[in-house]
Amino acid sequence: MQAMPKWADIVLIPLINLLLAFLISGLVILAIGEDPVEAVSLMIDGALGSSYGWGFTLYYATNFIFTGLAVAVAFHAALFNIGGEGQAALGGLGVALVCLMLPWPHWTIALVAASFGAALFGALWAIVPAYLQAKRGSHIVITTIMFNFIAASLLNYVLVNLLRPAGQMDPASAKFPEPTHLPTISDILNGIGIPFAERTPANVTLIIALLACVAVYFLIWRTRFGYQLRAFGKSEQAAQYAGISSVKIIMITMAISGGLAGLMAINNVMGEAERLVLNSVEGAGFIGIAVALMGRSHPFGVLLASILFGFLYQGGAELALWTSIPRDLVIVIQALVILFTGALDGMVRAPVERMFLSFKKREG
Amino acid sequence: MDYATLLQIFDSTLRLATPLLLACLAGLFSERAGIFDIGLEGKILAAAFMSAAVAAVSGSVWLGLFAGIGASLALSALHGVASITFRGNQLISGVAINFLAAGLAVLVAQSWFGQGGRTPALIGAGRFEELALPFAESLRAVPVLGPFYADVISGHSILVYVALLCVPMTWYVLFRTRFGLRLRAVGENPAAVDTAGVSVVGLRFAAVGICGLLCGIAGAYLSTGLNAGFVKDMSAGRGFIALAALIFAKWRPWYALGACLLFGLFGALESRPDVIEAVLGFKVQAQLLSALPYIMTVVILAGFVGKAVPPRAGGEPYVKER
Repeated sequence: MQAMPKWADIVLIPLINLLLAFLISGLVILAIGEDPVEAVSLMIDGALGSSYGWGFTLYYATNFIFTGLAVAVAFHAALFNIGGEGQAALGGLGVALVCLMLPWPHWTIALVAASFGAALFGALWAIVPAYLQAKRGSHIVITTIMFNFIAASLLNYVLVNLLRPAGQMDPASAKFPEPTHLPTISDILNGIGIPFAERTPANVTLIIALLACVAVYFLIWRTRFGYQLRAFGKSEQAAQYAGISSVKIIMITMAISGGLAGLMAINNVMGEAERLVLNSVEGAGFIGIAVALMGRSHPFGVLLASILFGFLYQGGAELALWTSIPRDLVIVIQALVILFTGALDGMVRAPVERMFLSFKKREG
Repeated sequence: MDYATLLQIFDSTLRLATPLLLACLAGLFSERAGIFDIGLEGKILAAAFMSAAVAAVSGSVWLGLFAGIGASLALSALHGVASITFRGNQLISGVAINFLAAGLAVLVAQSWFGQGGRTPALIGAGRFEELALPFAESLRAVPVLGPFYADVISGHSILVYVALLCVPMTWYVLFRTRFGLRLRAVGENPAAVDTAGVSVVGLRFAAVGICGLLCGIAGAYLSTGLNAGFVKDMSAGRGFIALAALIFAKWRPWYALGACLLFGLFGALESRPDVIEAVLGFKVQAQLLSALPYIMTVVILAGFVGKAVPPRAGGEPYVKER
């Protein structure tokens, strides 16, 4: 028997979870002696009040769409891919190699090639833990955590010893050549006569991110593999009984998940920095966890949650600029969102279910 | 390489291994009771901040230690409520705790001290002093063992010795007491423990509590013993290395000591590339050394070198049958 209507499960519970997370964030702001109302209005003004703010909000959101989809796809197969951070870092390496090693005539061709490079490197970095889970039974959460650290060391090595141009001090690759620079949203919009703030990082990758949302939706709900993936996620034993190979599901799912995380690099490495720097991912891989949990692992939910987190990131940066609240406030909010939508979901769900059941009894 | 250099390296190995060891034993209690804890990192960080903050304000490192343990226990309680009481996902709860600690520590540090998310540098009684063990100086004349005793064994803060003592204590509690037997049973087969009339929830909360206590000491050592004050993200992945050490040690206390000393040695060697080159005859990249604990753990987990089997009920919330 369904304890509560579907809308409550999809809309009401995430909303209550989110409200609780924001309520506690507000209390935290109060506790450090700042005004939460003023903070929120500053954030809204800074992130959404101008096209300049939107240019950053959408840039961050693009990152989070990729990492959020990565976590979401794995969640459907009951796999917890905590390694988005490392996979996105490796994706960055893929992008850098594509952009630096070959001469590209035009950004469109470079973008296609770089996307392949990013997805391939991200997928390869996810396939190893997937193989170890599928064939050797080692826990994917632990291995993906370990792979995050290994990726950080590997990138450190590659940037310091291999990709760094001679005579340069900071550990970063050379600047990518001009033809690989991606047009920004403001280039596109200004080109067709809509004014949009220049010098904002949101770029054409946003469109790829939206396409990825659609693709993931079709993959999960409209293909045979998606059905197998979800069946595997609901019950591994039942799926095996139905003739679904768990090795195949784990390997392919993680490859897709890692590929999506890797794709993030075309936004931050190719679109924004235009060179590979140390720690280019800046925690976006972990925000993917919050985004996927909040978006209930649905691409549309992931999109909404990504925009919310993009807003929080840009708003948090503005807040740090104008008040004495450090940017780390966003990390606290992120933690509370993960806590309430993920770990403490049962705390909210049980009373709401009971409430709906008591309604039903009265009606019946 | 001469003997003095070797002693120096052993000395810093022990220092670097201490927070790992405490956190590793903390995870041991929790995971043996069936509660996965990837929030060790966050608990260490929270404790490091609280210890340094209270020690800086009060001037007493002991008050700092208690405050650090308190902060770590608070996060443990949160983990317990989420994963035991409300049967939430233990891994997700751990992730949340790591971020909560990382964010809050900087936020509160900025609000209290206004120094860009750090605490003031600790001086005098705000830090744990280095203890000279008895006869350290008079025995120094004894060849080989004398300097080893004086330079490596002696001359650490009290928390180093506490950490080392925790190893036999953990072994004794887990393998020689009734509480320990029940705690291990609850991690393997909670239904059996429940049938015997022992509270699964109570035992798991006790384990999570011990985990918080030990993480608290680890964090306090980090900011008041190993360093002099708190800086942002100072735990620097130690909680995850401790987790790696725990798997490496296959969830056993004595092995945990070995794994933590080994990973501590990697840490000590990272800052002495000249020594590695002298011993091995070729250069080893520092990045390889820092990745080595993780690579070794992956290899162990994969079962290529001896299989690491976690407690059977680990990660599963316990639901009483009705």
